[in-house]
Formats: sequence, C-alpha cells, structure tokens
Amino acid sequence: MSETPPPAAARRSGAARRVLRNPLGLGSALVLAVIVAAVLLAPVLSPQDPDLASLRDSFGGPGPGHPLGLDSAGRDIASRLLYGGRATLGGAVLAVLVALAAGVPAGLLAGYRGGRVDAAANWVVNLVMALPAMVVLLACRAILGPTVWVLMVVLGLLVAPAFFRLVRGIVAGVRNELYVDAARVSGLSGTRIVARHVLVVVRGPIIIQTALVAGIAIGLQAGLEFLGIGSGSAPTWGAMLNEAFKNIQRAPGMIVWPGLALGLTNASLVLLAAALRDALEDRGTPPARRRPRPPKAAPPPGGEPGRAGLLSVRGLTVAYALADGRSKQVVHGVDLDVRAGEIVGLVGESGSGKTQTAFSILGILPEGGHVGAGSVTVEGLEIVGLPERAHRALRGNAVAYIPQEPMSNLDPSFTVGAQLMEPMRHRLGISRAEARRRALDLLRMVEITEPERVFGSYPHEISGGMAQRVLIAGAMSCDPGLLIADEPTTALDVMVQAEVLGLLRRLQRERGLGVLLVTHDLGVVADVCDRVAVMHDGRIVETDTAEQVLSDPRDPYTRRLLGAVLDHAPARAPWQPAAEETV
Amino acid sequence: MLNFVARRLAAGAVLLFVISFLSYLLLSVPHLDVGRQLLGSGAAQDLVDAKNAELGLDRPVPARYADWLAHAVRGDLGTSWFTGEDVRQAVGTRLPVTASLMIGVLLVTAAVSLLLGVWAGVRRGPADRLVQMLGVAGYALPGFLVTLVIVVVFAVRLGWFPAIGYTGLTESVPGWLSTITLPVLSLSLAGVAGVSQQVRGAVIDVLRQDYVRTLRARGLPPSRILFRHVLRNAAAPALTTLSLQFVGLLGSSVLVEQIFGLPGIGSMTVTYTTRGDIPVIMALVMVTVVLVVAVNLVVDVLIGWLNPRARSV
Amino acid sequence: MTKDDDLLVIEDLRVSFPGKGWRAAPNEVLKGVSLNVRRGETLGLVGGSGSGKTTIGRAVLGLVPVGSGGITFAGERIERATGRRRRLLSRDIQVVFQDPYTSLNPSLTIGDTLSEPLRAQGQGRAGARRRVGDLLERVGLPADAASRLPREFSGGQRQRVAIARALAIGPKLIVCDEPVSALDLTTRKTVLDLFLEIQERTGVSYLFVSHDLAVIRYISHRVAVIHHGEIVETGEAAEVTTRPRHPYTRNLLLSAPVADVAGQRARREAFERAYAGPNTSAER
Repeated sequence: MSETPPPAAARRSGAARRVLRNPLGLGSALVLAVIVAAVLLAPVLSPQDPDLASLRDSFGGPGPGHPLGLDSAGRDIASRLLYGGRATLGGAVLAVLVALAAGVPAGLLAGYRGGRVDAAANWVVNLVMALPAMVVLLACRAILGPTVWVLMVVLGLLVAPAFFRLVRGIVAGVRNELYVDAARVSGLSGTRIVARHVLVVVRGPIIIQTALVAGIAIGLQAGLEFLGIGSGSAPTWGAMLNEAFKNIQRAPGMIVWPGLALGLTNASLVLLAAALRDALEDRGTPPARRRPRPPKAAPPPGGEPGRAGLLSVRGLTVAYALADGRSKQVVHGVDLDVRAGEIVGLVGESGSGKTQTAFSILGILPEGGHVGAGSVTVEGLEIVGLPERAHRALRGNAVAYIPQEPMSNLDPSFTVGAQLMEPMRHRLGISRAEARRRALDLLRMVEITEPERVFGSYPHEISGGMAQRVLIAGAMSCDPGLLIADEPTTALDVMVQAEVLGLLRRLQRERGLGVLLVTHDLGVVADVCDRVAVMHDGRIVETDTAEQVLSDPRDPYTRRLLGAVLDHAPARAPWQPAAEETV
Repeated sequence: MLNFVARRLAAGAVLLFVISFLSYLLLSVPHLDVGRQLLGSGAAQDLVDAKNAELGLDRPVPARYADWLAHAVRGDLGTSWFTGEDVRQAVGTRLPVTASLMIGVLLVTAAVSLLLGVWAGVRRGPADRLVQMLGVAGYALPGFLVTLVIVVVFAVRLGWFPAIGYTGLTESVPGWLSTITLPVLSLSLAGVAGVSQQVRGAVIDVLRQDYVRTLRARGLPPSRILFRHVLRNAAAPALTTLSLQFVGLLGSSVLVEQIFGLPGIGSMTVTYTTRGDIPVIMALVMVTVVLVVAVNLVVDVLIGWLNPRARSV
Repeated sequence: MTKDDDLLVIEDLRVSFPGKGWRAAPNEVLKGVSLNVRRGETLGLVGGSGSGKTTIGRAVLGLVPVGSGGITFAGERIERATGRRRRLLSRDIQVVFQDPYTSLNPSLTIGDTLSEPLRAQGQGRAGARRRVGDLLERVGLPADAASRLPREFSGGQRQRVAIARALAIGPKLIVCDEPVSALDLTTRKTVLDLFLEIQERTGVSYLFVSHDLAVIRYISHRVAVIHHGEIVETGEAAEVTTRPRHPYTRNLLLSAPVADVAGQRARREAFERAYAGPNTSAER
C-alpha cells in the first residue's frame, strides 16, 4: 500500500486476483478446471472403452471397475461420461469461437463506423434473432445430415448476435466519448484508437458474455443430442440423458450423472461470469439500507427568539451510510432562516452540502442519506423526526421544489398537462375539469404563450426553458408558502435564465412566497436574492444581506469566492504581433 | 400511432419474405436427391427422375420458390412429400397446442417477472439477492435439464400430473390444465429468470431518475409514484427482453414438447426435419417466424403506447 | 486575403447534420461562418446553446464533416484533409474539451494519456516519459500524477491534465471547447490564468469557445458572437463586451448577471427595457 507498484500490471493482475479471492469465483473456476481436465484426460481416466457393451450387465449398479454403474446396453457410465464431455464441450467451444469470430468484429465495425454499416448489420442481426435456434438447427440437420460439427458452426452463427449487440452497444457509446475525440485529435489512427481505447472497454464484457454463451451452447448442443440428432452412437451428455430418460421407470438414478455433469459445467460458467463481472466492475457492496434512527427530539418549535416563521433550520446535520456500516457526515450543523416574502440564496461550490441541505428540508434525500440532528421547522411545524406520511402532507402544499435539470425532471411518458394535474387532483381532491382549468391558469402564470399547446405536449416536444417554466408551474400548483429552488437556472442559457429569474422574482412579490435559492452563481444572487448564506464544506460561513455579502464579505472563503468573479476584471488588451517568432 | 403500426407490419412482412426465400434456397441444395430418398436406393434412375419431375424439382430454384410463394400467400402450403398430408391441415391441428403452451408461458413469465422484479427493485436487500440468485440459477441450468427434473419429481415420483400426453382445451378444461401445467412451468422458469432481472434493473434505474424525486417533492405517495410512473417507464426495457426471450422459449418448446409428448409444432419439427420434407419444413419455419414477428409487433405497439418517444422515431 | 499573421482562416463555413428520422430535412448548424485567428492570439467565440459555436471548433479539428466553405491553417486548406494528413495536423492543432470527466479515458493512467500523442507522433518510450514529467510540472501537477488514474483527481486537476495533453507536442493552435464551464468558480480563475500563462510563454493561439461572456472577455483578445449558426459581431474584447453593436450581443450582455447588487439592478432594468421591445424571441 505504501509504495506505488507499476500501475498497469497491478490493474491487470488485480482483476484475476479479485476473481479468485471471491469464493464463488474460485470455486467455479476450480470445478471448471477439474471438468475440463477430466474430459481431456478421458483415455487415461476411463475404466474401459465407452462403447464396449455387455448386455448381460445392463443396468448394473456401481461395482469394481464401474464406479457409476452400467447403462441399458451394459456400457460403463463413467467412461461414457468422460468421453461424452469431449463432444459436448468441444462442440460448445467451436460454437463460441464461431460466435466470437462473427459477432465481435461485426460489432466493433458497426459500433465504430455507425451510419449505414450499422443499419445494415443491425438488420441482419434482427433477422437472425427472429429465428428460433432449435428450429433452425433441426432444419439444418435435415439438409446437412447428422454432422454435429457443422451444426455447431451454425449454432455459433445463431448466437453471434449476443456478441454483436453487446460489442456494438458499448462501442457506439465509447465512440461518442470525448476521450476518443481527443485521441483522434492526438493523431491516433482508427485502428489504434480501437485497439487502445475501445478494446479495453469491451474486453471485460466479452469475457463475461463468452462464459454465458458457452453455457447456452452447451445447453443447445445437449438438447440436440437429447433429441437424438447429432453424432449418432458416440457418447455425449445429451444422448446419455436421452437414454436415461427413456429408462426413467426402470433405472431412475441413471439421469443423475449426465444431468450433474451438464448442470455443474453450466452453473460454474455462469457463476464464473458473475464473479468476473464483479471483479471487472470493481463493485463495492451497496450501502446498507438501514432505517436511520430518528434523530433526538428537537427543541420545541416556534417561540424561540430569532427563528423565522416560514422556514427555520438549526444545527442541521446530514450523513450518508457507508458500505462498511459507518456513516459520513456531509452537512455539519447548518442554521438558516427564510421569511415569507424573501428570497434567500444558499451559495456554495460543488460538494459544499448546499443541495443536501435543500433535500433534507424537503425530506427527499437520496438512498442512504439521513438527517443526523438538528431542527427544521416549516410554518412552525417541526419536520425532523416527523413520520414520512405527515412530512409528505407538507410537500407540495407547504413547501415545493424546483429542480435543476428541467428535462430530466419531467416524466417522459406523460404529457405536461397530465403531470400538472396529477398532484392537484391528488392533493386538493378537485375534479378533472377543475384541475385542467387550474393547470392552464398555471401555465399562463409562468408566462407560457400557448398554454393549450404546451398542456398537450410531451416533455421531449418542448424546449428546456419551457420545461423549467412547467416545473415552476408544477411547484406552484398546490399553492405552497415556501419554494426550494435547486440551481433552477444553471442548465439554461443566460437569456432564458434572466427570464426565469424575473419570473421567480415576480411570483415571490405577488404571492408573498419565501424562496430558498440554491446556487453557485453570485450573479444570480445579486439579481434576485434578499439575503445570502454562504456554504463551504458543510458549514455556513457567512449570512447577511446580499448587498453586504457581495460588497463587503467578512469570511475569508467568501472573499476568495468573490475574488474569482470575473465580472469586473478588465477585458484583455488587444492582440499585438509577436516581436519575434516563438517556438 | 397507426402510422407506427403500419411501419412495423411492413417491416415484419419484409422479414418474413427474406427468411422464406433464404430458407427455400438453403433447403433446395442440390445434393438432396428427394426422389431417390422416396423411392429407395434400389429404384431405377428414370423412375427417380420422373418422381423428381413430378415434385417439380427439375425446375430452377427461383421458379420453384415463386411457385411456393404464390401458393403460400393464398394459404396453400402444399402437401407432404413423404406422407401426402395437406401441410396446412397438419400444421393447423398442431398449432393450437403450441400456441396455448406459448401463451401460457408468456402470461406466467410476464406476471411472475413483474412481481419478482418490482419486489426486488423496490425492497432491495434480501429480496433483491433472492431474485438475483434465481436469475443465476435460470441461466445456469439448461432448460431441458430443468424440464427433466420437473418430470421426474412431479410426474414420475409424486404423480401429480401426467408425464406425457395432451388434452385439448375444447375437450376438457381440467384435462388441458393438467397436461399443460408442467410444460408451462418448465418453460416459464427460464423466462422468469431472464425477464425478472430486467424488470428489477429497469425499476432501480427509473427510481433513480430525477423526475421520481420531483414527484416525491410534489407530495405524491410512493405507491402512486410506483404504479403510475415507475412501472410505466420501466415497462419498455422489460417488454423488449420478453420479446427476445420469446424466441429462445419457442426454440426450447421443441424439447419440452418432445419430453412431454405434446403434439405441437415443436415435436412435429423433430419428426419431419429428419427426412427433408421441404413443404413441411418450410411451413414450420414460416409458422415459427410468424409467431416471433407477431409477438414482436405486439410488444413494439405496447412500447409505443407506453412511451411517446418510441412512437415518433 | 490571408495575411501573414493569420494562423487560422475560416471562410463561409457551412455544416449540416442529418435530420432526425427518415427523410427528415438536414439541419444546418453553421450558415456561412467566416473568422480568423492570428498567431499568438485568442479568439473568443461566444453564443447560446445550439448556436453552433462548438461545431466550429469540431470542424477545425476534423471531427465533423464540412458541408462547404474553407478552413485554412498556416496557409494550407484543411477542410477536406483526411487520414494521414489529418494525423500530421495533430502536431499543430490540439483541443481541450469541456467535460474533464469524460475527456480522459478512465482506464488509462495520466501518464498513458499524456504519452499517447507523443507516441502517435513517433517518439520513443523513454523520451515520452521524460516529456510527460515536464508537462505535468508545467500545468502545476505533482510528478507522481503520471502513475495515477483520472478518478483520483478533481475536476480542475483533470482539466490541467487535458491542457497538458494538448500541449504535449507543441501545437500552434488549441481549440478550447468550454474548458472551464464545468469547473467551480475558484478553480475556473486559476485554470484561465494557466491558459494565459501558457500563451505568453509559448505563443500558442486559442480558439476559445464559451457561453460565458465574462470568461470570454477575460481570456480573449478578440471576440466573435455567434447566433443561430451565424457570426453576428466581431471585435476587440473590450469593445464587444462594453459597447456591443448587435442587438443579440446586447441582450446576451444584459442578461448575464453580475455579482454586485447595484450593478445588477441597473443591468436588470436595462434588460427588461430592451426585452419589452419588439424582439422578444430568445425562446422559440
């Protein structure tokens, strides 16, 4: 841990080691290794010739020289099992190789080139995928005769789409990554980019998929043999199952051995794939989902000197549960007040805890997050420790939320109108017609010029600025007294931002709303905020009027923040031709 | 929406045409001397030639295909070369068996996967691990092996259901139920393993979306968010998996029908393909592909209905 | 036309993207753009989302196909350069992208990422490693950064790595596509200062794309304003950002809030006056 080993090597061996450290990975790898070795060494290990029949001994139980007994023709089951694995596993290996050879290059090409190549390849793949493998194999058997190896090649082609789709999907995603553009600009050729940036990404998933496809191929191969279509008299696991199934009444135990061989092989392949996936994705265990203990009883609400009536936060801490059972505090005791009719800016940089503070007021912290201590009152009602149902009753009615990204915050499957009407009908219990009338009023209120059209539109049919207005309308729909706006204009162009901020300002004036505006932009603060709280590393470092904080900051962090503002930095001087050529 | 359905139908028709042509081409490879096979190796060459001519095999493949297609679109699938049966009739009597099997499998798979997937995705924790283990098990064990185990346990050992045979739905409903239950069960296990994982993943994905948080912030109760918003948005990927799984299940039905002795399309495929009976094989391939195309169409239309963006593309 | 000082000249550049859906009309994002960048100069390109500002940079880099018009670099027409020629051009034209999280391959170490352009230009392994050390030092990163993965670095540090990659082979022009808009306020200034310092030291030219007029004003000698695929105004930074001539530029300037209550009040009033006027078409 103390030294830094050569990183590339460390990473490569790391994945393999992680697989083997996982008990499931190690176990399945061992089982597979044993099966493959036993099958390869069949001539050495088998007690006798697998086809040597002695009808006298048919259905003979285990005995000396016949550890697993004898089948209906008096052949040694152990020997047939060992030799049978050759056809079954060999066939599967052939099918997987064919599938890899056909699917991976085609997927790389289609994904990397896109356009027509992609469209054509997809068409072919969809065609292949519409064909039920078993039916096609049977039809091929009719034409080509009982040549199991040829059938395995066909099988390989039939399962190739599994690789094609996987590789194509990943490559098409990687192709649009900026680092691939950067590599192109760095002067790398197409093949080098594929080798260096693309193959690295698809390698892991291909290995995982190979294990899964091998399992499918073994299953289909055995299925074919089970139907009696395949290599004829040579022993295979599928044929042995068929034989055992035919004699199920007479010797029910016979089905166990080939079934076990098949089941063990497949199960190990799938478990190995699962272990590989965990190792390559380096997944930690998800955070333990405990019901967070309700924090200690908060101080009595209201009545306290200095606490605002609308929203008052005292000593709020927010923590997240970590995978190892501990928890990490991200907000360390925040005090905040919003009065009716004022806009308070909560300013900070990324990771300062400003959004966590906003979410805990709304009670919508993401999974694993919880309020550790402190008091939050909304309209005098303490909400820390409040049961979820009672807290829910406040959301929308007393306190509403305006999110940051307009597009991702509308449900793509419902029209704007449906999304506006739903909370009103549910919360206010009004009729459909009344909800519709109110929704159109709301759209007019947020200065949307064609409310009828927007009402009937789906989110993907309207612009980002329009969507943000719709979200503001939604927040206003149940007539809340307090708005929590989380970076409501960050995703918008400046002109749209100016309009939306103007709208917020107007709503606040006309309706006497209190607004908590979370932002990183000091210009936005200057534009609409009455007061500001500056947040840094989970703490409020300074609270005052916007005028005071922006013109005469007292906290060193606030000063640093304002020092980085470029508004009043001088414009760069005009360009001067270089006196001499610099290289 | 109508436009969308029409385009999907056209695409399905093109797919059917291409597959029928390719199948016909492949099935007509010259080394397959049908006349010889029918008449036996001892027959005189001129008799074999005459038989081939009678079947139209002396004509070029495209002409024969055109002929087949012209008849097929009118519903005439020809007669079997080996048994002389009317192919349409032969397929027609067996199709209901496979259709009732597949409809049962689709319904059971969809319903159970939805329940398990939502349960795992919403509750996480032990429920999630259980469903994920089920998924691994479903992948790990070849379907027909599971079927064999089911037969041995429920039919041979416990004797709750008949091991083989089929009773039509029109003959006796309890009889149909008792003969179809085990086949549906064995096929559905694999389907549930795959589709429930997809439902789980989609539910977890949608639960993390910003708009779910916004809906919570609007004060809507979790049950309403789950049933109205999460399920609707999670349905599209789940349905896509279901239609992909259907192709595999249709293939597996060949084995399952064979094991349970169901007189369906699958067991018919096994019997007829070993002989190279082109009219029958063509009919069987077309019927399975029509089934696949039909299920895909229904799924596409459902997705289009659920997801406004899919419609416009 | 081309003066000696001009490093990059773009004339009447048109770029279209295929429309969405079958048989949809192509969508023209650049409708005849002309501009020039001189040696050692920063040209700031400012515009709203969907204005086509990013496409200009990508066309110069050869990442989008050019419909018509010319791109001349150091006296050579490059708008149709392909394959070998393009790869040679990468010695001279480099890029820093907006998103420091996706512009570095998460599975390559910083050292691997930085030596990539060097190796592509045929440098040996040892030489490349030495140069990587120099580069890291120049952008103010510790030398042991070379053996670490991008996820161990903050946004600002990653953007320094991206700058180091652009500098690796001593380019004459760097296309900067919103390089600071994903960064926090305090980091933004230090990264901009790094850009300025590098320009003073190496005489490299920047085509600096941003939506933020304050950033553009700070870093650019000259500013071009783009709106709906057309350049509406070009001029010295001080001129364009204090006395804009085109109404679009004026609205852009008035709508950008300043961190000063009195100043912003004046701006807001001016914006609302301008907006109450006849052309209220910021949003279609």
